[in-house]
Amino acid sequence: MNTSSTAQYSALGSRAPSAITIAILAMGGEGGGVLADWIVDLAEHSGFFAQKTSVPGVAQRTGSTIYYCEIFPENAAQAAGKEPVLALSPVLGELDVVIASELMECGRAIQRGLVTPDRTTLIASTHRVYSMSERTDLADGRVDASQFIEAGTAAARSFVRTDFAHIAHDTGSVISAPLFGALAATGALPFSREQFEDAVRRGGVGVDSSLAAFAIGFDAAVAPARKPTGAPPADPSVGARMRPAAARVKSAFPAESHAIVLAGVLRLGDYQDEQYAAEYLDKLDNIRDLDTEFGKGDFFLLNETARHLALWMSYEDAIRVADLKIRRARFERVHDEVQARADQLVRISEFLHPRIDEIADILPAPLGRWLLRPGLVKRVVERLTRNGRIVETTSLSGFLQLYLIASLRPLRRRALRFGRERALMQSWLAEVARVASEDYALACEIAMCPRLLKGYGDTHARGSRNFAAVMGAICALRMRPNAAEGLRRLTDAALADDTGEKLTFALGAIS
Amino acid sequence: MAERSFKKEVQKLYLGDGAEFRGEGILAVTKALLQSGVSYIAGYQGAPISHLMDVLADSSDILDELGVHFEQSASEATAAATLAASVNYPLRGAVTFKSTVGTNVASDALANLASGGVTGGALIIVGEDYGDGSSIMQERSHAFAMKSQMWLLDPRPNLPSIVRAVEQSFELSEASNTPVMLELRIRACHVHGRFVAKDNVRPTFTLKDAMEKPVRDVSRIVLPPASFLHEQEKIHTRWPAAQRFIEARGLNEFFAEQSQDFGIILQGGMYNTISRSLELLGLSTPFGESRVPLLVLNVTYPLCDADIRRFCSGKRGVLVVEEGQPNFIEQSLHALLHEADVPSKIHGKDMLPMAGEYTAPTMIQGVLKFVMRYAPHLIDDLRLPAAARTAPTRPLAMLPVTSASLTSQIHPRPPSFCTGCPERPIFTAMKLVERELGVHHVSCDIGCHLFSILPPFNIGATTMGYGLGWAGAAAFNTKETSRRTISIMGDGGFWHNGLTSGVGNAVFNKTDSVLIVVDNSYTAATGGQDILSSAATVPARTTKLSIANAVRGVGVKWVRSVTRTYDVAKMRDTLKEALTTKSRGPKVIVAQGECALNRERRERPLVARRAKEGKRVVRERFGVDADTCTGDHSCIRLSGCPSLTIKDNPDPLRTDPVATVLDSCIGCGLCGEVAHAAVLCPSFYRSDVITNPSAIERLHARVRRAVISLVHRRIDRRLASILG
Repeated sequence: MNTSSTAQYSALGSRAPSAITIAILAMGGEGGGVLADWIVDLAEHSGFFAQKTSVPGVAQRTGSTIYYCEIFPENAAQAAGKEPVLALSPVLGELDVVIASELMECGRAIQRGLVTPDRTTLIASTHRVYSMSERTDLADGRVDASQFIEAGTAAARSFVRTDFAHIAHDTGSVISAPLFGALAATGALPFSREQFEDAVRRGGVGVDSSLAAFAIGFDAAVAPARKPTGAPPADPSVGARMRPAAARVKSAFPAESHAIVLAGVLRLGDYQDEQYAAEYLDKLDNIRDLDTEFGKGDFFLLNETARHLALWMSYEDAIRVADLKIRRARFERVHDEVQARADQLVRISEFLHPRIDEIADILPAPLGRWLLRPGLVKRVVERLTRNGRIVETTSLSGFLQLYLIASLRPLRRRALRFGRERALMQSWLAEVARVASEDYALACEIAMCPRLLKGYGDTHARGSRNFAAVMGAICALRMRPNAAEGLRRLTDAALADDTGEKLTFALGAIS
Repeated sequence: MAERSFKKEVQKLYLGDGAEFRGEGILAVTKALLQSGVSYIAGYQGAPISHLMDVLADSSDILDELGVHFEQSASEATAAATLAASVNYPLRGAVTFKSTVGTNVASDALANLASGGVTGGALIIVGEDYGDGSSIMQERSHAFAMKSQMWLLDPRPNLPSIVRAVEQSFELSEASNTPVMLELRIRACHVHGRFVAKDNVRPTFTLKDAMEKPVRDVSRIVLPPASFLHEQEKIHTRWPAAQRFIEARGLNEFFAEQSQDFGIILQGGMYNTISRSLELLGLSTPFGESRVPLLVLNVTYPLCDADIRRFCSGKRGVLVVEEGQPNFIEQSLHALLHEADVPSKIHGKDMLPMAGEYTAPTMIQGVLKFVMRYAPHLIDDLRLPAAARTAPTRPLAMLPVTSASLTSQIHPRPPSFCTGCPERPIFTAMKLVERELGVHHVSCDIGCHLFSILPPFNIGATTMGYGLGWAGAAAFNTKETSRRTISIMGDGGFWHNGLTSGVGNAVFNKTDSVLIVVDNSYTAATGGQDILSSAATVPARTTKLSIANAVRGVGVKWVRSVTRTYDVAKMRDTLKEALTTKSRGPKVIVAQGECALNRERRERPLVARRAKEGKRVVRERFGVDADTCTGDHSCIRLSGCPSLTIKDNPDPLRTDPVATVLDSCIGCGLCGEVAHAAVLCPSFYRSDVITNPSAIERLHARVRRAVISLVHRRIDRRLASILG
């Protein structure tokens, strides 16, 4: 027995036929199971043994999951007179094909060692499905996804990648179909395109759209679409009323800041009027001069100040929100988003919750203050605004209500909030200017502090508190070395949670 | 099973002699049961054996034809007790559940069953949920087999072996009058493979025969003195009978028995991984032609002394491949070989890790260590597989390109509430209450709702088992504080045992705390099976019973129902009331909303059909206006819906990503309700797309559009003067 089995083994040699191994990394509910089923069906109809397994369990609920398939030629088994023993889980370093339905999952496959340069064909969709921590971040918690592409290029024998989710969306299919097409195109499995397509047909569900998506996926893998390198973004178009301000940007501001300052000018013209935009430029004149004198030539301070000043000056009050909600372009955008056909009707309903503060905000200052005075009027209005309202913008009454509010624009300069914001803004701007000559880096950080001011209602109140706390700490920070870094740490802490816990701790550390 | 059809799978159960079955492992088990002439099957759903239950629930035709009774048991204890039918009668029966959690619940009945023993074959199919991807604690079913002296089969994970094991289990059970457990790991349950089918068998002795001619035998009842007799029988009769059967029928398998003076003894379930490991080390072929002797224990309890002695005699060393801990088999082998004066050195947990799943890389390294010790010349150093070149605990070290920075970019992606899940708003409401009233101790349960412990909700302190949510808060019952605890329980756990262990207990002990029963119409986490409170009409079952009534029935006075959990404000206010009301005593909130996964499964095709037939259909979904979204993402932190995500900010002045709603949105309404209840922002809108609108609707729309477009022209003129 000893000799015979050894002899047999030697006869087969180490080049014995071995299983073709395929791992699919997907997220629950995405259809990774469909892809695995197609592979099994394809193999079984093409003279192969196929084994597939997975740990579905809770995976239908968006968690990451691996489907694992092995296939083995039946004729080799017949020659040996035995059936192959196939494995139930992937072995790192032993994968012929790895398919990732999303870019971070591709990174996960590489991290787990499933992708190796000697044999792995890696197929990945380059779109992102953001993780919970990326989504819940108070600012921008997205990871650097380009690393996954670099890692894939280095780790795989060949790496096919494109936005397969986009193909699926365009063809009304699911992501499995274009991925299956790409798999066919790589030639990693010993089956023809027709054999692949037959497996889709036998699947019997959404065959036409699946085959269309398959074909595009196939082509994308053969000749990866080059992203158009494209022309640099064209200058935004400028209306007649804004031409003087735009001309002033070109003549009076450095080229490095044109894009942002011009965007700011247009924003404020849209938000209020050309005069308001001119005021914006007036405020920036001083910062420009300071940056010219103390900056490094990239006009970072000017750019960031211009960005945050424009955003602050166009704070989101009820007038602004109503104005944006009723625009034609917005109606069209929603129609596109829901892919409504011409014979379908689309209703749009807004979820608004104006409270007494927001109402007072857009009233002329004396009237606003009167409304907020404790008393019967306040109580009545508070009562009326306790619950949110659903306003159908596509109905006449809803549309006209919002139009009416948007039409209050000319009164805005006299509104309660306008004065409040202007005062806060000016003291911030003065702080930027005051610090710029002594500590340019700190001034840049101060210029970026308004990123804490976000949202509406309670969210905005929290942001304002944090902003005030951080600005209040600048004095103490300036006594210490590296004040800029200290301030950056404070703003990061303010954006680390929405309970204020980290910020309180960070402030405690410097006081 | 209300919302999914298994008709295609059911067809596979009809395959006759010689036909090739292709499909999933657990479905092969189902077919094998019918081929073995079972009279009854029962069980409680749970991964990885849900599929067995689901398919049988759809198979009434074939079950009726064969005279097989199938029951979806109230719990695993019920399922195990069902096997009592095989005590006095030559009836073959099988039950199934998830292990070890289900076996825990079943063990009272199993202990009694094993004591008296069985006449007809009694089979317990346990889905061993251990290792990677498991949702439960790290225990072994092996311990249950040992403590009750039931036999444990752990077949090689391929369909022919699994099917054979089912058939042999019944015979072994009958030959030794002992219930038999068949353990299938999660991957084996889900493995796709093939086997050659046999005809289904209608039992010769049927339930009818037993019910019409009942018999009893007082010596089979667990009460002294019979119970003393049972202990003697277990040791002196049943155990040797089992060992004889296992040896005589060759249940355990020997491969390349004499090829080396060392070898490997393994659990059957480990076979494919061992085979692949040996292949990669150059010690086997893809066909499993090992150059290392293998003893595959398809029966892991009891150990068959004769098989062990035969394998170990003449071997210098033996590696025991036994997954999980404690290492019962390895310990037994030490004793067994010592007593038998066999000098083989036993290895096991010294070469393989004590804890954790035996994945292929782990196994390759353990086997390599073993072979290097006994026959290093068999190993070609230059051809070692990648997985053998590193310590299993540090797989990253070997990777060609992976750097620490890449690893930091890869976030864990645990499962979470589905799009449109009606359970999510319950936790949103809890978050809002937390803001107002502070943090409360929260006792969780088993079910989808346990995802609340993960971001973004981070709610929940403990989970003590299925249906034990309220019981888990029982100690927190003191008059020294007015702060109440909150417990969660799903409808599945409620009917499983929570009605008595939680609600009855709270009433009896005059607990002053709050229970939220999550009523989503199914045992959703196990795949959407029906229960007593299911909203569906299921001909073969009694459904539509009210949880609120059941709770009142055991004496709870303070009961509130929230019939639409998406109404976050209502949910929040109800919970606030429960936490602050002056009235003392147990408080129950029944939070109702049908599982979105199941509802979509049912509704989507219906809606598509109605639209096709020209009927009026409204499709709702939500959206976010990017130009009013400021990128704070509060809305996501209060929801976590997979369809509510982020995208690049289209605003050239802003850098933080904005919230966006994906096409997968099913318009559950939570986004809007949260925006209202938490006073978030005005960026959310609902769009209703109306297919086949009525004539009047179309007319209205035309009028509206005409007026609005007049205003639009005015607005456009202004915008053109500014933005060109």
